[in-house]
Amino acid sequence: MIETDRLTRCYGPLTAVDALSLRAEPGQVLGLLGPNGAGKSTAMRMIAGFLTPTSGTAWVCGHDVRKEPLAAKRALGYLPEGAPSYGEMTIREFLVFMVRVRGLERDVAFRRFDEVVMRLELDEVLDQTIGTLSKGLRRRVGLAQAILHDPPVLMLDEPTDGLDPNQKHSVRMLIDAMARERTILISTHLLEEVHALCNRVAIIANGRLLADATPAELEARSRYHGAVSFSAPGSGVSREMLARIPNVSMVEVDPLDGRVTVFPRAGQPILDDVQALLRTQNLEVSEIQLERGRLDEVFRQITTQRGGQA
Amino acid sequence: MTPVLAIARRELRGYFVTPVAYVFMVIFLVLAGLLTFYTGDFYDRGLADLQPFFDMHPWLYLVLVPAVTMSTWAEERASGTLELLFSLPVTISQAVLGKFLAAWGFIGICLALTFPIWITVNYLGDPDNGVVLAGYVGSWLMAGAFIAIGTCMSTSTRSQIIAFILTAAVCFLLLLVGQPQVLDFFQDAVPPKLIGAMGQLSITRHANAIARGVLDLRDLVYFFATIVAWLAASVVMLDLKRTR
Repeated sequence: MIETDRLTRCYGPLTAVDALSLRAEPGQVLGLLGPNGAGKSTAMRMIAGFLTPTSGTAWVCGHDVRKEPLAAKRALGYLPEGAPSYGEMTIREFLVFMVRVRGLERDVAFRRFDEVVMRLELDEVLDQTIGTLSKGLRRRVGLAQAILHDPPVLMLDEPTDGLDPNQKHSVRMLIDAMARERTILISTHLLEEVHALCNRVAIIANGRLLADATPAELEARSRYHGAVSFSAPGSGVSREMLARIPNVSMVEVDPLDGRVTVFPRAGQPILDDVQALLRTQNLEVSEIQLERGRLDEVFRQITTQRGGQA
Repeated sequence: MTPVLAIARRELRGYFVTPVAYVFMVIFLVLAGLLTFYTGDFYDRGLADLQPFFDMHPWLYLVLVPAVTMSTWAEERASGTLELLFSLPVTISQAVLGKFLAAWGFIGICLALTFPIWITVNYLGDPDNGVVLAGYVGSWLMAGAFIAIGTCMSTSTRSQIIAFILTAAVCFLLLLVGQPQVLDFFQDAVPPKLIGAMGQLSITRHANAIARGVLDLRDLVYFFATIVAWLAASVVMLDLKRTR
């Protein structure tokens, strides 16, 4: 479990993290989402015990990071931003060092080492010097280090940043596989990642928590939520007729590809009505879609409007 | 294995991964030999001891110890691994101690490799080997004091070059303050008691006793106190940087 209580960090006059209160339970993957410079990394660094909070505190598995830092750190696996590691060591030496510093029992250490190497597919490169590795491999080494001691809490700062699509996919599979009994906090500025991984999202900007909800709840805030869009090539769809459907608030036609989007009045289902209308008018529709909502739009709306006021 | 030993082991291995450690060792050994024989009048003194050899050590350490210690924390900060290190269940004191022990061990290895000069003096004459051993122990302790200073300077910056210069400057000051010329200069301006204290603070005075092979308790206390004080300052420095 991770909990923060009015966690605050100032750099001189700048408040990087402003009274951030969060809570993530086992089984949850909480995504810290925010524009660059929002304070995601600073918040994580405080939870990891690298930075001291200016005020407020955080708990990892019930251990206060200010009062019992060692207990908190033992329960935590942390991948810092950019996955730093000792470039002059081989992967094997690096992982062995981590085992020793963490003081794992010998038999546990062997088992965990083998398991981590297998999970992250590092067996063929174990004796390569970390400094010579590609970015993707280095990230995997960082992840290996973070899960080596089988921690109940994982905190990953931009785990897929700079990886190619295949690597992103495998890292997400890994996180997904570990998510069941653990508490996982990831930071990202990629919206696709939220869809792929998180069951809760905390949006922060300028160090402040602006939203804390499930991805679906956030999507529901989008004006696209529940909208119906379709392409009807070669037929002039009458916008007026669509707009006359009782629960429709607005109709938009994309000037480029002619795709029609019909927006509902708040929370009203309109798919059946639109489909019925299209059938009675005998309109050829190539593809029709019920929109779930657009996270990018919600994200922009939350982080620019309310962040701007702050 | 305790975290301190794990860190010390990693650091010590780190020295030997690059050729820098070997280059350093060669320079140390060549200089130790050259200075002893040419500047120290090893032969002309006609005495079978290693005093000229140990006399040169403070000046050797002045240049070489900062080169060893400059990277200890500065590089860790510059490459971002500091964040990794401090997210491990390790206290700052343990990390500082581990890195200090590694550097101290490295200098110890260098010092041990000067054994041919000990063989030489035993071949040429009949020295008191107890005195020689005391000289080695004392020299190693002095190196520890220099390393502790270097550690502290390395925590204060992310630039290795600045760490090098700061360390050399502080060590030079501590060597200088005990020189008779410097003490004479302050004779008129400063009360005699303070002059005495300045002399006691200086590495030179304690190093001289060591070179003669006298392991006085006061000198041991001086070097241990210096090591502890500068390492404590390093811990405070690293902790301060977490809050700023």
